[in-house]
Amino acid sequence: MSEKPKIALYWCASCGGCEEAVVDLAEDILQVVEKAEIVFWPVAMDFKRKDVENLKDGEILVSFINGSVRNSEQEEMVKLLRKKSKIVIAFGSCAYTGGIPGLANSYSKEEIMNYYYKEGLTVFNPEDKRPTPQYIEKNLAFEIPEFYERVYALDQVIDVDYYIPGCAPTRNVVKNSIDTLFSGNLPPKGSVLGASSKALCNECPLNDTKPEKITLKEFKRIDKNQPEKDKCLLIQGFACLGPVTRGGCEALCVKANYPCTGCFGPLDGIEDYGAKALSFLASLIDSNNEEEIEKIINEWMPNPLGIVYKYSLPKSLIFETKNKKNGG
Amino acid sequence: MKNNNFEPKLLGIFCNWCTYLAADLAGVSRMDYPANLRIVRTMCSGRIDPQFILWAFRNGADGVLIGGCHPGDCHYIEGNYKTLRRYKLLKRVLKEMGINDKRLRLEWISASEGEKLQRVVKEFVEEIKNLGPISNDEAFKKLLTSTKGG
Repeated sequence: MSEKPKIALYWCASCGGCEEAVVDLAEDILQVVEKAEIVFWPVAMDFKRKDVENLKDGEILVSFINGSVRNSEQEEMVKLLRKKSKIVIAFGSCAYTGGIPGLANSYSKEEIMNYYYKEGLTVFNPEDKRPTPQYIEKNLAFEIPEFYERVYALDQVIDVDYYIPGCAPTRNVVKNSIDTLFSGNLPPKGSVLGASSKALCNECPLNDTKPEKITLKEFKRIDKNQPEKDKCLLIQGFACLGPVTRGGCEALCVKANYPCTGCFGPLDGIEDYGAKALSFLASLIDSNNEEEIEKIINEWMPNPLGIVYKYSLPKSLIFETKNKKNGG
Repeated sequence: MKNNNFEPKLLGIFCNWCTYLAADLAGVSRMDYPANLRIVRTMCSGRIDPQFILWAFRNGADGVLIGGCHPGDCHYIEGNYKTLRRYKLLKRVLKEMGINDKRLRLEWISASEGEKLQRVVKEFVEEIKNLGPISNDEAFKKLLTSTKGG
């Protein structure tokens, strides 16, 4: 029947923004549909797991997988898709570096369960029921996925060929990546598709207003201060992560007067985005006095981990376990 | 968890101009200190990327000791101030990751302070012995349990 290459889209632990990014392609998606046949896209079309299982190994040309891996169902599905696909792409920050769900790695599973089933303000659960993977009641057995101790980026679970960064990837990044894929001119395995290899500042419209050297006596929080327009956010004291973040988003947040939070991830050659961001932010502090430095950090950052590792905690060197889950 | 047989692995990252020379001095002056410390030399403590420290912890270091020139004495004018700022912020982040921040220590030790180096290393080894191996820390427990559970 159809000779078109097959593609699949799947989501794991994610917010749905990445699916939205695909829908945002608008008329461009018609070109994709023209060139390819979508064989699996649970969020938009009615396919079942069986449909994927019935495909031959490697029959899918490209699987776009977004979201981080948080439970056993997601692990099974991505392993299945890996088997059936020639190319697997980690789509968006969560799949690429663990994303916002990955911040849960700073809590234990028990703390998370306690909050959601016991301590949360709106929780009413007097029998203290918890999700049980194998649940039997009245001779009926139910199976729900097992919630893992930690969150994984996609390449910590399966082999990944390419990465598309962003939370969510912008329309142009998605379009460029798809064009690259269908052009047949594939970059080396492990490449980041559709984005720039230069830092975000390079394409930021406010870059001209950035001086050679920046030092700051205080950091401002964006929720409490209104930035001036058309002036580098960093020199105004907002923790803009542009200098350590990969470009390619065309500085969308900065154009909306919001500092970069680093969703496009690390530049080439950097292993640990958070450590690099931390290093950069700390070196801006304009003080040589121990107490003053501490004061600046404490006042400005109630939760520094959440600022520097907003999208990449599972990929921190501390938690890095390449393909560990794959090996069993 | 106290374990008297536990011998911690410590990494020292020392600046070329001060602390490394202090270690040298301690050596030639035959001041002995515990053999738990392995030393890496960098040109300036300001060269120490927080990535190095995370890498060390991930790869089995139970503690990391950063050694630099006294404030005002940096060969590169203010490299050690940058170290100080990074150190303070990194400590906060380590804590939030579930690693005891006492495992990271910063000391200013000049080239002539062989004795201070000896004292600091002794103290640090004792302190880390009391803390126990890094695998006891929350962040590493999580890694270990997930290896089994996955």
